[in-house]
Amino acid sequence: MSELFHRKLERSAIGFVIAIIAAASVGGIVEIAPLFTIDETVEEAPDMRVYTPLELAGRNIYVREGCYACHSQMIRTLRDEVERYGPYSLAVESQYDRPMLWGSKRTGPDLARIGGKYSDFWHVAHLNNPRDVVPESNMPAYRWLGRTPLKMDDLPKHLAAQQSLGVPYTDEMVENAARDAYGQATPDTDFASGVTERYGEETTVSAFDGVATQVTEMDALVAYLQVLGRLTDAAYRGTAASEQPSDPEG
Amino acid sequence: MLANLTSSERQYALILASAVALAGVAMAIMGRSDVLGVHGVIVMLFGGGIAWVVMTSFYGPEPTDDRTASYYDDPIKVGIVLSMVWAVFGMFMGVWVAAQLAWPNLAFDAAWSSFGRLRPTHTTGVIFGFGGNALIATSFHVVQRTSRARLAGQVSPWFVLLGFNLFCVLAVSGYLLGITQSKEYAEAEWYADLWLVIVWVTYFILYIATIARRKEPHIYVANWYFMAFILVVAILHIINNLALPISLGHAKSYTIWPGVQDAMVQWWYGHNAVAFFLTAGFLGMLYYYLPVRAQRPIFSYRLSILSFWGIVFFYMWAGSHHLHYTALPHWVQTLGMTFSVMLLVPSWASAGNALLTLNGAWHRVRDDATLRFMMAAAVFYGLSTFEGSFMAIRPVNSLSHYTDWTVGHVHAGALGWVALITFGSLYTLVPSLWKRERMYSATLVEVHFWLAIAGTLIYVFAMWNSGIIQGLMWRTYTEEGALAYSFVDSLVAMYPYYIARAFGGLLFLIGAVIGCYNIWMTVRATPLAATRADVPVQPAAVPGE
Ligand code: HEC
Ligand code: HEM
Ligand code: HEM
Repeated sequence: MSELFHRKLERSAIGFVIAIIAAASVGGIVEIAPLFTIDETVEEAPDMRVYTPLELAGRNIYVREGCYACHSQMIRTLRDEVERYGPYSLAVESQYDRPMLWGSKRTGPDLARIGGKYSDFWHVAHLNNPRDVVPESNMPAYRWLGRTPLKMDDLPKHLAAQQSLGVPYTDEMVENAARDAYGQATPDTDFASGVTERYGEETTVSAFDGVATQVTEMDALVAYLQVLGRLTDAAYRGTAASEQPSDPEG
Repeated sequence: MLANLTSSERQYALILASAVALAGVAMAIMGRSDVLGVHGVIVMLFGGGIAWVVMTSFYGPEPTDDRTASYYDDPIKVGIVLSMVWAVFGMFMGVWVAAQLAWPNLAFDAAWSSFGRLRPTHTTGVIFGFGGNALIATSFHVVQRTSRARLAGQVSPWFVLLGFNLFCVLAVSGYLLGITQSKEYAEAEWYADLWLVIVWVTYFILYIATIARRKEPHIYVANWYFMAFILVVAILHIINNLALPISLGHAKSYTIWPGVQDAMVQWWYGHNAVAFFLTAGFLGMLYYYLPVRAQRPIFSYRLSILSFWGIVFFYMWAGSHHLHYTALPHWVQTLGMTFSVMLLVPSWASAGNALLTLNGAWHRVRDDATLRFMMAAAVFYGLSTFEGSFMAIRPVNSLSHYTDWTVGHVHAGALGWVALITFGSLYTLVPSLWKRERMYSATLVEVHFWLAIAGTLIYVFAMWNSGIIQGLMWRTYTEEGALAYSFVDSLVAMYPYYIARAFGGLLFLIGAVIGCYNIWMTVRATPLAATRADVPVQPAAVPGE
């Protein structure tokens, strides 16, 4: 009977196409659509900050260099991961991330909470040649980052695009994006104060690569690494932190 | 190549190619202050190059009126050559990134050659370049033969094939330049994605129109899979790549999907790229070339129906098994796990159907390395889907995720299944397409077979070992309840396996190079076969449906 029905279906190209679309659509619709409507999907975190223009530029360098191919940014709810890397990652921590950089391979360690673990100086030395710092490392050397000036003039466009996708950047932030990027990496200039005004006192203003006169790609990347895991405290607070991480073996 | 086109079709081709070149000029101007400009120049050269080829033979002799009485094989031939070129490129990149993991200084301190930029050139090169071209070429072949009808277009097959290769070139050159969305298997930026949509819609229309011309009442099984492949890849590609460019003069865009939703959409895409690109399309190949080569009908028609609809329906639920124990809501992870386990049924139904088809032809499997390629592919398909369903179980995934075990699973599928079925199909297709008696050298096919098997086994065993060791080291505790190993300890333990993997990959690459040589010599220096009738049914002879 069903075989007969299929025999009929096989005689109609359009019928077959419609059947494939119907069969293939169900799974995706059931799993994706509710993620936008169910409130528990993303936790509340009123203290959540947005990336500063410099950090966003650093994030784009992280994407460009494919750091995500070796580093995850997603601490799973497993005991050993929490002990190794810190509290497990919450959805809210990547709510402004486009794209998300959770990763799927750990050739190197997880970086979700790398911010503040090392000094800027360590990062610069490590990125220049990882084997100077960790002799066993197989991470590539990124010497050219410190030599390449950061392209800042199109940063307002980047922020504007993010803004229209729903990231809460103000018009003032968009307008000042290039100046703020410059200011965040040059603490001694007049541009520096605007950064903390617009992005909050928590923001780190520093000559990340050790040179306070020029803004390089190294500045941006290190600024980004140093803010990872520090945009909100949600993961360290009450409910989330006390929840017992599930342990597959126990 | 143009001998089969009439002068009006040549005009049409010239206009199309010039339009592409003009689009390239526009991109180059708008993107002059960005890397987009470089891509503009590449598009311009690509379109210009094709326009030039069309012009040089514009006034060549025209085809005779009876061309519609034969199959349209020129694009297939070019597709096969392109597929082999991409195979060597993509696998060379694979060996190079594998070697970089063992000897990091092999990046030579340049930006373009660092691991993070080369890795996607490998995945795109092999999946889209090698796999995609092979799928387009074989689908054009299979749909004509099983429908007994000529392709429904003259210029459009070229547009699909060359347009797709333009996409691949943009993608791969983009990564080297630092243009990427970072979404795995969908790294190409917005303009390349838009272009692929145009190409893919043309592909779909061409395919359906050809099927609509068929002289057989039923659509053959292989075509079901090719149809599912074309259709679903279109849906996945469009939804996963929805993005907002920062301006029309910039290559950079931001995806519309944020954080956790992006993760779900990405792995819904990623897993189904595996399902409909690396599985459904290649099952289409299997369902045609395996029975042809074995000279036996498919074992069970019912099993084909069961496995086809099972695969189309179940796979779409399984993407969330890439996100176990993450910030993705638990209920989605559970659904993904459940469907992944159920997926084993249709997967093994396909593998079993293929192997049972060989019953009664085992002596051929023994003597004929080409058929053995396809047999081994079916075995690896069964193996990697079993492994996949196993790894999708949450506690298992807690160990395997993030480790080389995943990479081992990937290449059991990619080398053992995708590449082996492709080589088997191409070795069947090449002599028949160029009307040769046989491949140039059966010995070289045999050598290729054993290099491929050895390479795959070395690769996969190395990665199983390293993955499981890595996973265990990360979660081992000392008596005092502290973590026993630092991350660097686990890294140091990986090096021997990274070297072994690079060696296995090298064997596999050598096999592919030998395959190229053999195909080349088959075309150049093998005697013609006595002509067999390999033509579609005359249009006039059969009433339309
Ligand atoms: C080939 C894989 C690979 C790539 C690509 C890679 N890394 Fe690494 N990374 C490693 C490995 C392995 C380690 C651990 C050894 C070490 O510290 O060098 C590491 C360590 C690190 C650490 C220190 C983590 C810690 O907790 O000690 C940081 C920070 C880091 N990488 C950042 C980056 C950035 C930024 C990029 C991209 C520009 C990058 N990595 C690209 C493999 C990689
Ligand atoms: C010459 C043979 C090959 C070699 C040496 C090779 C090597 C590699 C290496 C080193 C990686 C990166 C792994 C990592 O990041 O740790 C990789 C990833 C990958 N390769 Fe290959 N590869 C080969 C052939 C292929 C083929 C033929 C295909 C597909 C048809 C393929 C598909 C992939 C995919 C999909 C990934 C990404 C895996 C992931 O993200 O988990 N490879 N390969
Ligand atoms: C029943 C069928 C299959 C199931 C249930 C399955 C399941 C899985 C699982 C659980 C993972 C690991 C995800 C993670 O932990 O990150 C995975 C990864 C992968 N599988 Fe499969 N698999 C199947 C078949 C295949 C086949 C036939 C291929 C063919 C090449 C394939 C290619 C891949 C790739 C490329 C990845 C790596 C994705 C990435 O992280 O980049 N799978 N699969």
